[in-house]
Parts: sequence; C-alpha cells; structure tokens
Amino acid sequence: MKNSVLVLSLFVVMLYTSCAQDAKNQIDTPSKTPFTAELLIDELQIPWGMAFLPDDSMLVTEKTGSLIHFEKGKKTMIEGVPEVYNRGQGGLLDIELHPDYENNGWIYMTYSSKEGKEKGGNTALIRTQLKDNSLVNSELLYKATPNTTKGQHFGSRIAFDNEGYLYFSVGDRGNRDVNPQDINKDCGKVYRLLDDGSIPKDNPFVGKKGAKTAIFSYGHRNPQGLVKHPKTGVIWNHEHGPRGGDELNIVKKGANYGWPVITYGINYSGTSITDKTAMEGMEQPVHYWVPSIAPSGMSFVTSDNYGDYKDNLLVGSLVFQYLERLVLEGGKVVKREKLLPGLGRVRDVKEGPDGLIYVAVEGKGIYKLVPKS
Amino acid sequence: MKTFIFLYFTCVLTAVSQLYQEPTLEESIQRGGEIYANFCVSCHLEKGEGVEGAFPPLAKSDYLAQNREASIRGVKFGQQGELVVNGQTYNGIMAPMGLEDEEIADVMNYILNSWGNHSDRMVRIEEVTAIEK
Repeated sequence: MKNSVLVLSLFVVMLYTSCAQDAKNQIDTPSKTPFTAELLIDELQIPWGMAFLPDDSMLVTEKTGSLIHFEKGKKTMIEGVPEVYNRGQGGLLDIELHPDYENNGWIYMTYSSKEGKEKGGNTALIRTQLKDNSLVNSELLYKATPNTTKGQHFGSRIAFDNEGYLYFSVGDRGNRDVNPQDINKDCGKVYRLLDDGSIPKDNPFVGKKGAKTAIFSYGHRNPQGLVKHPKTGVIWNHEHGPRGGDELNIVKKGANYGWPVITYGINYSGTSITDKTAMEGMEQPVHYWVPSIAPSGMSFVTSDNYGDYKDNLLVGSLVFQYLERLVLEGGKVVKREKLLPGLGRVRDVKEGPDGLIYVAVEGKGIYKLVPKS
Repeated sequence: MKTFIFLYFTCVLTAVSQLYQEPTLEESIQRGGEIYANFCVSCHLEKGEGVEGAFPPLAKSDYLAQNREASIRGVKFGQQGELVVNGQTYNGIMAPMGLEDEEIADVMNYILNSWGNHSDRMVRIEEVTAIEK
C-alpha cells in the first residue's frame, strides 16, 4: 500500500512537471512513423535546393555550383550555370519554378555572385530557362550590394505567392549592426518582386527616399526557409539565430523582425547580444528554438499520404541532423517531433507534385519518404 | 674599430631581419581568430568545443594534434566521412570554405594555439600551398 501511494504521488509529480514544461523546447521522437525513407538520388555533396519539373524529373542545386537534372535514375549536369562565389556559406543556393512554368519555362535561382566592383560577393537572383541540358535566356533580376569577403549569411530561399509575387531572402552577410535594421541597405531582408524582376508599386518602401524598394520585410538574420502557407497563401519564413533564437515567422509587409535589436539568442561566445526579446514595432516569432536546430528548408504537408501529418510543417535541422515536424494549432506550435534522427545535415525539404516528401541531406543525397501502406 | 664594425653589421643585420621577417605567429593567430569567427564558429563554436555527435571538437583534439596535414587538407578542400576525435566517431561533412592559402595558415595557427592546444611549428603559406587534394 505504502508503495502504491509513493508511486501514485510520484506519478502526480511527474504529470505536473511534464505539464509545466514549456512545449516550445520539448521534442519527442516517435517510435513509429508513417513512412520509410528511400534514397532516391545518391552521391550528392551539398544538395541545396530542389525543383520538380512537370515531366516528373527533378533539378537539384549543389552548393559548389553545379545544377543536376535527375531523370529516370540518371544525373545530367546542366551547362550555363552562373559562376558562384564559393566562399563560406555561399554557393549555388535555391531553385524554384514559376507557378506557370508549363507555359513560360521560367526557373528562378539564387546564388552568391561576385558581380560588381568590390571584392567578395553577395546574393543574386536570376531567372533562366532550360533547353537541351543548358540554361538559356538568363536574366539577372536582383543583386544585393555591397560585396564582402565575409563567409556568412547569404540566405537564401525563393517562394511565390498566389498573387504573382516572388519572394526571396538574403541574410545579413555577417554585418549585423549595419544591415538588417537599415532599409536603405541590402541584406537581412525578405524581398518581393514581380516575376520579371520589376518592383511592385505596392511594395512597403516604394516612394521612401533612399530605401531599397524591393524590400518586403527587414530585421532578419539568415533566412534559409521561405514557403507559402497552402491555405492562407501568406509567406512564412524561418531563420538561423545565433546561439539559440532560431525563428519561425509569418512574413508581413513592411514588418521588422528585430535582428539584432531583439533576439532569443546569444553570441557564440555566450555573451549577450541584447537583453531584449520583444519591443514595440517589432514582430514576435510564431516559434523560436533554443537551442538552435540550424533550420534549413521547409515545407507544409498538404497531402493525405502521411496521415495526421497533414497541415503540419516540416523543417530540416543542420546541426541535429534530423527532420523536424511541427504541429500547429491556432498559429502556435503545439508539438514538435524528431523524424529520421541521425539522417545527416538536412538542407532542404519539399513536398513534390506527387504529394510525397523529398528530403535533401548533405553528404548523402535526396531521400523520398515513401508512405507505409 | 673592429668592435664598431662588428656592432654596426650586427645592427644592420638585425634591422634587415626585422624588416623582412615573415609575419609573426602572433599576428597570424590574430588574423586567424577573425577568420575563425567568420567561417568556423557557427559549427565548431567559440571555444572549439564542437557539437556532440555532429561537429568534432577542435579544442584538445587528438585528431588535430596527430594529423596536421589531413587537418589542413580538410580546411582547404573540405572533408567527408568517418573521423575519430577523442574516442568519438563523427560521420559528417564539412564544405570547402573557399579560403585563400594565407587565410588557411592563419586560421590553423589560431586553432593550433587556442583552447589548450599548442603547436611548436607555425603553419606557413607554403605548407598549405603544397598540400594537394
């Protein structure tokens, strides 16, 4: 009897502590998952971005600067890829198809570019078309300035919304005290353009003297996740914090996301960056990660292929080498799950047109998550 | 007079050697610290402690101490596959950082002389240049 009382009270205590824990930083590893991971494309170094062509083939960017066309089990190198500034985190970055690709053939890519007078590089966006295993009709749509030899924070991801706007991100380029809070400067921003690279008249800083009018939102650190919410059509981003303080945000027009004035992270050295985590006029994240998972790539699950994963968000973790599943309720993260633990540095995740999830892993390749029947 | 000439030449030689001396270890370490903060710290962290199971430590790393050439090669060309550091097996990937040979020498000198690491031999540019894939 005594024992059972003890066990019962212990149980109550455990229940209490588990309820009291902040769900934010709790992560579960499920014993069963509704899929098996199958290696679809092997022997890739750092597959950075993926795009699915209408003929069921795929385009994969490698950070080092090659573009691979994967068709029926065969890899073909695409010619005509712009020269990348391969330094630090820079290289060939994201790839995305125009929503009307079938009719216009436009492919959008971001990469670190040496274009310009100064030494170093910065993030550029091009659109291009694929013809006979070569990129043709390439147009430079945007190039962030100035160049710098710093190795950090190029971003970058590309996303389209339902209204024909194109969004892409550029990180703060290692100059956090100068770039992110200044709308007259590039870097530390999410940009919005029309599909031909022109600046929409209703962009938030149009008409503001000196402002970079392509800017849609600012105060970002290094966004490597950018995706359209399948239901609301609004753009979401995630970004790397310093030590702690990775963020998931809903990207709003003209909004300031606070870096480095407010953050939930600290310097790598352990010293503080700011004592503020919130401030008037600055956005709060939907979710923040402490410790940092180093998020890269993001996709909503829209298909029914994985049971209750529908409407969940999947995010790659570079540092902890797994795929994170986030269950959202009422605009908040209510549950986190660690999928594919130990898989490797997850660089990108995307839902294909077939409703299946594809995961790009550094040093390995592209995995397809095959639903268990 | 003989003493004077001797002293004179000694002074001249000292001055010449001072002026034409290769960059000192101390300066190299200092520059290397900036490179480290720019390119390495996000994974290997401020005190070279690394991240358990993901990024091997550089502080008091036996691998680093025993594999100087392979370490430089890793920084220069990137590294992939299994690596045993202080008894722990890592199976990761490090992208080549696109650093100049001089920068690699600097950052190696910083790493080899920080957080309890010590190296008697300075890494020089020629040593980095000579290392091939």
